[in-house]
Amino acid sequence: MQNTLLIYDGSFDGFLCAVFYVYEYNVVTPKIIKASQYQEQLFSNTETIITDKEKANRVWNSLKIKCGKRGVAQLYYAFLSELYNVENTLLEVIKYAFKSTTSIMKDYANMYVLEMSKITKKVSREKHRMEAFVRFRLTKDEVYFANIEPDFNVLPLIETHFRKRYADQQWIIYDLKRNYGLYYNLNTVEIVVLELSKNITTNTTSEFFTDTELEFQQLWKDYFKSTNIESRKNLKLHNQHVPKRYWKYLSEKQPF
Amino acid sequence: MSFERIKEKLNILADAAKYDVSCSSSGSNRTNKNKGLGDASSSGICHTYTEDGRCVSLLKILLTNHCIFDCAYCVTRKSNDIKRAAFKVQEVVDLTINFYRRNYIEGLFLSSGIFKNADYTMERLVAVAKKLRLEENFNGYIHLKSIPGASDELMREAGLYADRLSVNIEIPTEKGLKLLAPDKNRADFIKPMLKVKNEIIQYKSEKKLIKSTPKYAPAGQSTQMIIGATGENDMQIMYTSNHFYKHFNLKRVYYSGYVPISNDSRLPQIGSAVPMLRENRLYQTDWLLRFYGFNIEEILNASHQNLDLDIDPKLGWALRNLHEFPVDVNTADKRMLARVPGLGMRSVHKILNARRFNKLNWEHLKKIGVALNRAQYFIVCASNQFERRDLTPEHIKGLILQNSKSKYTSMLSTQMSLFN
Ligand code: SF4
Repeated sequence: MQNTLLIYDGSFDGFLCAVFYVYEYNVVTPKIIKASQYQEQLFSNTETIITDKEKANRVWNSLKIKCGKRGVAQLYYAFLSELYNVENTLLEVIKYAFKSTTSIMKDYANMYVLEMSKITKKVSREKHRMEAFVRFRLTKDEVYFANIEPDFNVLPLIETHFRKRYADQQWIIYDLKRNYGLYYNLNTVEIVVLELSKNITTNTTSEFFTDTELEFQQLWKDYFKSTNIESRKNLKLHNQHVPKRYWKYLSEKQPF
Repeated sequence: MSFERIKEKLNILADAAKYDVSCSSSGSNRTNKNKGLGDASSSGICHTYTEDGRCVSLLKILLTNHCIFDCAYCVTRKSNDIKRAAFKVQEVVDLTINFYRRNYIEGLFLSSGIFKNADYTMERLVAVAKKLRLEENFNGYIHLKSIPGASDELMREAGLYADRLSVNIEIPTEKGLKLLAPDKNRADFIKPMLKVKNEIIQYKSEKKLIKSTPKYAPAGQSTQMIIGATGENDMQIMYTSNHFYKHFNLKRVYYSGYVPISNDSRLPQIGSAVPMLRENRLYQTDWLLRFYGFNIEEILNASHQNLDLDIDPKLGWALRNLHEFPVDVNTADKRMLARVPGLGMRSVHKILNARRFNKLNWEHLKKIGVALNRAQYFIVCASNQFERRDLTPEHIKGLILQNSKSKYTSMLSTQMSLFN
């Protein structure tokens, strides 16, 4: 049987609308795909999904009832992985949830539930790492600025953490890979898109940052060095905890 | 503040503090209020890791490395010829705040050598915490090291501003302590510990009546023991630990493999290996006590005084108690599942959940993430291919060791080669 390709805008609401569509039109073999990943395929029916907040909310609310608060959080986390085909794994989980009379989110013997929970775990691991590895630098405008490039789209997940923690300072956390950031202005958090100079990622520039900023980075680097106990050195363990791909954010790992 | 001067002090006073292994920044319930700075209510975060693989979550420094005592195992001891320095209270406050604002740390761990006397020193530690809380509106984590012999008054104040307090036992037996730290006596550790314990109990009962009771050391107390500096066996170490868990409601006991720092005939020579594998086995045992429902007597007792280095303590226990196995994963209770080698608490919970939907077989268990190379000898499941041979403990151990590439194998071989 032919697949029906459902093309959506890549947003979470868009995905929920695709799910809505599957039920509304009783699509038998749906395949959900982001517009950005879609390549023209012959012999396939395609449908373009229009994102509609109201429909998305209807799906979301019934999912909450079926899957519970933790369950829907899992679906959302997995979605933010942006992994190719994750939509279809989630669709299978959702279909199973709607079919069943009890909560299925812990049925790890089900292939899709297990797959989803694995993806969720990966995303939450990166969320946790970003909470740890964000390094703010104080700009001349008195905003604490950090740039990140996570594998998964975890920015929406770390917002609350930073809002609770840094309530009395302005900050921006910017995802260079996805080109958007969060800006906390002492009241609310806004989504911002900035034109950033390339220099922003190098720590040494005094173009943007205060003079004492460099001093604190130096103190932190020194501190990092003096806490190490040479006779217990274990670089394998070190690299496992701080994967190399994150080193570029960490001031203590910079060569200056 | 003068950058060069602070830089020098930080290098000296961080270097001297690094032997304290406590790194936890979790377990507090201090939330950000009035739009202040920081929040210690989440579980702890490690912001980076040292090259020796230990987590860095707190700014861990000494207020000073001047000390009137002469404990043989300590770099800060009076007789050691090293550069001395002391932070001003405000300098520690500034460093903490600036590191915290940049998301380098979860808070401060402040310890100190003893200058003048116990109370004079303790008073300054308390002053730092007080300033952070009251003047900077700081809600991050603060761990203060109590100075042995500090007065009850100061311990009470300390607990009002700190999240956690600790006094390090350092040496597991009283005899060992006398030998290596002649200026110290056990009673001086016990007194502040007892005070904190009683204050915590009192806080909890008052809290029930009056909601606004100020918090008292919400993350509790911890302590640390140095391992391998004196000749005690694992049973002595873990029984001491157990005693402190039971009688002082400690949150954590840390074990720190002795790093040789001086040529003192009472201690292992400089250059001897740090007993990291032994330290790891002690931590594993500690976990079995705190999270897996084991009694200490089951793991260490008169006929089994030391932990095995080549296998973990749970496996060791299982091999000595084969009559309790095999366990049926589809029917066993939580307590017994937790005792199966290769099953961590995570897997136990997954099994308890998943078996409500399906009778679990090997495939399911593998997918759930059970370490079957160890567990297979101790369980049966909904599959008739299970271990039917009547294996001896030695045989099982051999099979498991053959099939496991422990991250400690290399460490084990270097430590074992010492005995060749
Ligand atoms: S009292 Fe503390 S700082 Fe002083 S020598 Fe003994 S262990 Fe070291």
